[in-house]
Amino acid sequence: MRRLTWFNVTSLTLGFAFLYLPMVILILYSFNASKLVTVWAGFSTQWYGELLRNEEFLDAAWVTIKVAVFSSTLATVLGTMAAYVLVRAGRFSGRTLFSGMIYAPLVMPEVITGLSLLLLFIGINLDRGVFTIVLAHTTFSMCYVSVVVSSRLTSFDRSLEEAALDLGCSPFEAFRLVTLPIIAPAVISGWLLAFTLSLDDLVIASFTTGPSATTLPIKIFSAVRLGVSPEINALSTIMIAIVTVGVITASIISKRASVAQQRDEQAAARAT
Amino acid sequence: MSQKVFAPWEDATEKPLIQFKGVTKKFGDFVAIDNLSLDIYQKEFFALLGPSGCGKTTMMRMLAGFEAPTHGTILLAGQDIAPVPPNKRAVNMMFQSYALFPHLSVWDNIAFGLRREGQDKDAIAARVEEMLRLTRLSKFAKRKPHQISGGQRQRVALARSLAKAPKLLLLDEPLGALDAKLRQDTQFELMDIQEKTGTTFVIVTHDQEEAMTVASRVAVMDEGRVIQVATPSVIYEAPETVYVADFIGDVNIIQGRASQDADKVRIDWAEGQPPIIGTTQKTFSPSQTCHFAIRPEKVAISTEQPEAPNVLQGRVIDIAYLGNLSTYHVELPDGTMMKAQTANTRRLSRRDITWEDNVWLSFTDTAGVLLER
Repeated sequence: MRRLTWFNVTSLTLGFAFLYLPMVILILYSFNASKLVTVWAGFSTQWYGELLRNEEFLDAAWVTIKVAVFSSTLATVLGTMAAYVLVRAGRFSGRTLFSGMIYAPLVMPEVITGLSLLLLFIGINLDRGVFTIVLAHTTFSMCYVSVVVSSRLTSFDRSLEEAALDLGCSPFEAFRLVTLPIIAPAVISGWLLAFTLSLDDLVIASFTTGPSATTLPIKIFSAVRLGVSPEINALSTIMIAIVTVGVITASIISKRASVAQQRDEQAAARAT
Repeated sequence: MSQKVFAPWEDATEKPLIQFKGVTKKFGDFVAIDNLSLDIYQKEFFALLGPSGCGKTTMMRMLAGFEAPTHGTILLAGQDIAPVPPNKRAVNMMFQSYALFPHLSVWDNIAFGLRREGQDKDAIAARVEEMLRLTRLSKFAKRKPHQISGGQRQRVALARSLAKAPKLLLLDEPLGALDAKLRQDTQFELMDIQEKTGTTFVIVTHDQEEAMTVASRVAVMDEGRVIQVATPSVIYEAPETVYVADFIGDVNIIQGRASQDADKVRIDWAEGQPPIIGTTQKTFSPSQTCHFAIRPEKVAISTEQPEAPNVLQGRVIDIAYLGNLSTYHVELPDGTMMKAQTANTRRLSRRDITWEDNVWLSFTDTAGVLLER
């Protein structure tokens, strides 16, 4: 079954080539000594150094990180709350509608999300800048957090919370002392997911930003319009690295920790 | 000095610790508890026994505060507990799944409830140590729940629920997950701890043997109603209904028509068969349908016709050998199957009754119980 037939090898190569060839080329050219993007002139890390001296890029990076940290934190709090309520509320009429409405932004075209947020911000006369991007990113990344957290909560043994109540916890204390520590891996990986999503986003950010705030994706996009520079390649490589680390960490944390936790929980529930 | 028998339910001056007064619990259209009234006294080890879905767990969850009765009131020490949330009740529960906190050590699990009370550190430490000693867990205090065995987990759950010294401890199928041998040991351990702490225990179980072993009184439940509440021996020897007789232990039930003479009743149960003679305090009207219930161990089996008030002839169809006991399934001439049980005081090789043998079954006129339904 596990033999590498020529068919398997070909499809694997093709698939990975489609997925990663463009990125590999990008990363390779970020180490190109030549200023001309399409001509290879030897290995060099000079563009990384140049990047660090570029004030505009550094500013944009700072804005991006601020937006990502705040929006992912806010999204984690809101998403966890939403997941908790939806999983715990049990069956009530309109439950499917509610959970559907939480998850709908997952499939909503970004252009539409961005446009509607822009209209809202104009409508309530909010100055567009870092704050509005944070709000917008929270809006769309919250549903990812809530998907991750609610899948963990559905396998959570409810009697643990009842035991906490029985031993004198208020419902909030039961959540803080028992539920949260146990679902923490899911919450953390939700946060990392929201963080990388916010780091990546171009469309929604460009709809909701103002002249005062430029994120890295916006910066890259507008710079590329004037021509691809090796500096941009270097910057993109760094972003690929950050996002990769973020996503891999998130999936490792959620896999390992939740598998371990569930195993412990089941072991604790099982007698012999 | 005469030892006083523990029987507060017979003392009219004794105030019950828990009173269910006309309690009904509905889930939508489904009636889980049907107009149920029940008194449980202090220091009792009270067992709620019934098949799954009979409402026994619902009763326990109402006592713990996780469910509220639809109608009726539940009093704990004379006070209505309906408005009291679970975290404010002097009631603790040992969960069926144990519900140990997987992220906390054994020590922290036991200390959890004490910390919520805001006691000072030394008092908590002293109490936890005491609980660890009581449940023989001192060696495992630092371990996490998944690092100890099932029996130990069960004891941690017990220690945790006893730590706050509740007025009432609820045990939801506490031994369900343990294997038979460990379960027996733990039953005696539970009784021992209950005696030492003087806490009132209410245990939910579907295992009749467990209920009989541990409980001071047993309530047999069916479909949201309590059928009979009595001590284990009364439940076994004097069941009030066929349901109770059948649920607890093994029983032969013979249906027939009664004709009463003082406390003796003649039961005509089959054409051409001698009537069964029974004894009862009840009054049966002539030719009223009645059920005669007799336990297999009270039916004697022999190869020669014995002298007894009731003697029936039959043929051995099946023998269930249990080691210490053997149960004979005997077919009577009209096709009725009757079970007779004997203690195997002799070695198997010398057994003188075997399959297809014609045998005599006999029992005294007080061995069985007469039931109306």
